[in-house]
Amino acid sequence: MDKFSYVNATSLEQVTSLLSESGWGEVMLIAGGTDLVGELKEYIETPKTLVNLKTLPGMDSIEAEASGLKIGALATITDIAMHPTIQHHYTVLAQAAASVATPQIRNVGTLGGNLCQRPRCWYYRDEATHCLKKGGDTCYAVDGLSKYHAILGGDPVYIVHPSDLAPALIALGASVKIVGPEGEKTVSLEEFFTLPAANPFRENVLEPNEIVVEVSVPAPKSNTRSFYLKAREKGAPDFALASVAGVFQMNGKTCEAASVVLGGVAPAPWRSKEAEAALIGKMINDAVSQQAGSDAVKDAQPLNDNAYKVTLTQNLVSRAAMMAAS
Amino acid sequence: MASWGEASESRLIGKRITRLSGKDKVTGKAKYTFDINEPGMLYGRILRSEVAHATVMGVDMSEAEALPGVKAVIPLIEVDKKVRYQGQEIAAVAAETDDIAKDAIRLIRVDLEELPHVVTEEDAMAAGAPEIRDWAGNQSEPGVREEGNIEEGFAEAAVEVEATYHTPVQTHVCLETHGHVAKWEDNQNLTVWASTQGVFGVRNDFAQRFELPANQVRVITEHMGGGFGSKFGPGLEGHTAAELSRITGKPVKLMLTRKSEHLVAGNRPSMTQKVRAGATSDGRLIAYDMKGYGTGGISSGAGFTGPYVYYVPNSRTERFNVATNAGNQRAMRAPGHPQGAFAMDSLMDELAEKLGMNPLEFRRINDPNEVRQAQYTLGAQEIGWHRRNNVAGSGTGVKKRGIGVGSGQWGGGGGRGTEARVTINADGTVEAVTGTQDIGTGVRTVIAIIVAEEFGLDTTDIRVKVGDSQPGLPSGGSGGSQTTPSVAPVIKTAAAAAKQKLFERIAPLLDAPVADLRVGTGTIYAVSDRTKTITWQQATGQLGMESISEGGTWEEDLRQNGAAGTQFAEVEVDTQTGAVRLIKIVAVQDCGLAINRLTTESQINGGVIMGLGQALLEERFMDPVTGRMLNANLEDYKVPGTFEIPEIKSIVFDTHRKVTGVGEPPCIPTPGAIANAVYNAIGVRIRSLPITPDKVLDALAEKKA
Repeated sequence: MDKFSYVNATSLEQVTSLLSESGWGEVMLIAGGTDLVGELKEYIETPKTLVNLKTLPGMDSIEAEASGLKIGALATITDIAMHPTIQHHYTVLAQAAASVATPQIRNVGTLGGNLCQRPRCWYYRDEATHCLKKGGDTCYAVDGLSKYHAILGGDPVYIVHPSDLAPALIALGASVKIVGPEGEKTVSLEEFFTLPAANPFRENVLEPNEIVVEVSVPAPKSNTRSFYLKAREKGAPDFALASVAGVFQMNGKTCEAASVVLGGVAPAPWRSKEAEAALIGKMINDAVSQQAGSDAVKDAQPLNDNAYKVTLTQNLVSRAAMMAAS
Repeated sequence: MASWGEASESRLIGKRITRLSGKDKVTGKAKYTFDINEPGMLYGRILRSEVAHATVMGVDMSEAEALPGVKAVIPLIEVDKKVRYQGQEIAAVAAETDDIAKDAIRLIRVDLEELPHVVTEEDAMAAGAPEIRDWAGNQSEPGVREEGNIEEGFAEAAVEVEATYHTPVQTHVCLETHGHVAKWEDNQNLTVWASTQGVFGVRNDFAQRFELPANQVRVITEHMGGGFGSKFGPGLEGHTAAELSRITGKPVKLMLTRKSEHLVAGNRPSMTQKVRAGATSDGRLIAYDMKGYGTGGISSGAGFTGPYVYYVPNSRTERFNVATNAGNQRAMRAPGHPQGAFAMDSLMDELAEKLGMNPLEFRRINDPNEVRQAQYTLGAQEIGWHRRNNVAGSGTGVKKRGIGVGSGQWGGGGGRGTEARVTINADGTVEAVTGTQDIGTGVRTVIAIIVAEEFGLDTTDIRVKVGDSQPGLPSGGSGGSQTTPSVAPVIKTAAAAAKQKLFERIAPLLDAPVADLRVGTGTIYAVSDRTKTITWQQATGQLGMESISEGGTWEEDLRQNGAAGTQFAEVEVDTQTGAVRLIKIVAVQDCGLAINRLTTESQINGGVIMGLGQALLEERFMDPVTGRMLNANLEDYKVPGTFEIPEIKSIVFDTHRKVTGVGEPPCIPTPGAIANAVYNAIGVRIRSLPITPDKVLDALAEKKA
């Protein structure tokens, strides 16, 4: 990696002020570093300054109240996975957190970092390949090898969003608090993520001088059942070939409300309104769950090597629905 | 005739004995080449081409040379020469810190004129493909072999199968990457710490390269982190480390990065074979016609076995090599065998199904090897062969289980060329020295066991010195599963000779004939009169200022060539996700006398784990567009972890008391057994490794359609 200066953050004002000094990539934030350090070592990012967020006080708490959760951006993935309230009432989130990488990475990786991590695409991560995402003119996955790439929402950059926490949090209706030089704002996590058609270089709405500070999750209704299903080639560590975060409000076998969010198949966590529509108000059985599965992927446009993800995603959605009814 | 004696007489040999270096390894005390740090040492780094095929127009090293802390920059390729694969060496630096070295290689300006590349077999064989070698075409002349008459064979066949089997390029993934610490002294003595499988081979190579007398080069490999066939020579990186040390007059450490390890440190070539085979109605394999090829990168050597293990009277095989713009293949654990075995065992099951015959029964009819015949029975019992689906894929539910079998055969008989010395000192201490190396197989402990058994001592009483060329006791490279069968007989005869010498010294003291003397446990006694007993310490005390030091000879009767193996796999396939989960592997491995049963089982476990990685995970991805390897890391090049490793029942099938090497054979039958188990589970055959979820889902979808 190239040389950089290292600043311990003392306040959010200082952080946003440092970030405001330049555009993307000059001043970067580091918390757990499990994603960023890899980017630095491969010269994908070459910042002049790193701002260490771990010195910010009070940003690693998890507050569980009757109305919901407030999770600081510096809470570790282990903190989330092991939190008793999250395990009991926000199961999809605990399962998603537990599925991330390895214990060592979960112990240092943070919520904020997990949401803002960059794609794992093997072209993007190769310094020598100047792909569209890095300002070039080609997404190499289109003519190259695309086994791990997007089947939904790809055009023109076929990365997949690697986060496990994001689909779970979106399915739970989470929102994210963002702080910038002008103060703070809250956006729904679903709207936080963006597709390459809007901006091929970034994966979310953050401006260069903004920082994610907290995620709020409303408490699920008492009849909620939720699951995170993650298909991968290797037990650990491995990113999802496809994943499904499903949150269902059930009355017996009848689905009163559903949110279904897909991971590993699109450049952003992919809310499947189609799958939800196929389930809401229905008594869930094989036929209904399979309909939800096929509706979830009806717009899928696989590349050369990833048609299997269509089947896989379809099956995972069906499985999640069946689990809700069992 | 030399012999290892009866099992009932053995106190240590054949028992489960903890590895002598185990504690040092788990506590971090054991020093690998990576851990060697000499005073004043510099760090070497190599700049490599990111382009797969190009002409070198210029290399400008001036900026790198000017970087403070840089002590040497040397070119590794000449202008106008060609680079022919990603990773090929351009230049190297030595610097005061590794960080400076990394920065320095990025300051070397390389002007490359790109040429069209071919990185897949298909692209290399395509009409009008660019020729990527000056010395040969992209495809070699096929090697053709014929036995019997295949037309007559097929005429006799009641059933036929025609299928194409494929295995991709796999890399070795040595946990310790290739590398060296090189130290010149007075411009005439070179010491190299090398992560190598062949201490003496590396010594001789360095001596030749630097025109030094062999006795002025010392190579040390105290511990090493895996080679699997890829670490027999110093390679260009070793020569570069030594050259940088020579130029700077300082020790230089140069270890490959993980990326370079994937790119240039060897690989198992791919295999694609189209085979047509037939069997008679009574279950005899009668005809086999195979045409196949593979790529070992820019070099040749993409061979594989076939037909394999089973007897076919009429066969015709045609194999050729395909060159691609990729790093060279090197020997990898049982070269050619696992890929050939996967294809053959898949084929056997396909034929058996067409015959309506139990695949194990079909193997019994066609396998001429008596050891494996016995192994089939034992393995089938262990796995519960009767539980398999009589009709493949007939299980109910989303997750379906299946059972399969595969076979393998290896040599592992060892050979001459090892010198060893066993020394008994007057204070009772014992040393055993030889120039072999412990590449993780446990030969250090094997040596201690043999000597301790001979002297009636404990393994911890024996100081074993291996992995150093300095004592001048050569031994061969650790390849071909040859280490133990090469070394053990020499150690055994050296220890026996030393014991004989000791007996001669103390016979007068005990007033007993030499032939009457025996070792007990820490004692020596006369078998004719047990009251004539002295302790080991008392006995060696008779030596005064002298030590006994004896060499040994390689007694052929102490080892045997030939190791048959059979494995059974049980799998569970999730038909919704395509995930294959291993439930159990039973590995029945012929190995003759297992001197240390514990490390023999470890060898089998390790082979099975490597085999299941090949079966389910490992594949080098070469990008046809950029010409680069896309997964030269351990994120997307997936090797087995704890979640992938099932219960492994390693059965040491020791039918005789002669030593046979067992390093390679246990990785051979695994992929075939797993592939057959997957078929048995889901009723769809995956003919291409690794068996990943995408292939399983695609195959299931095809079956449904």
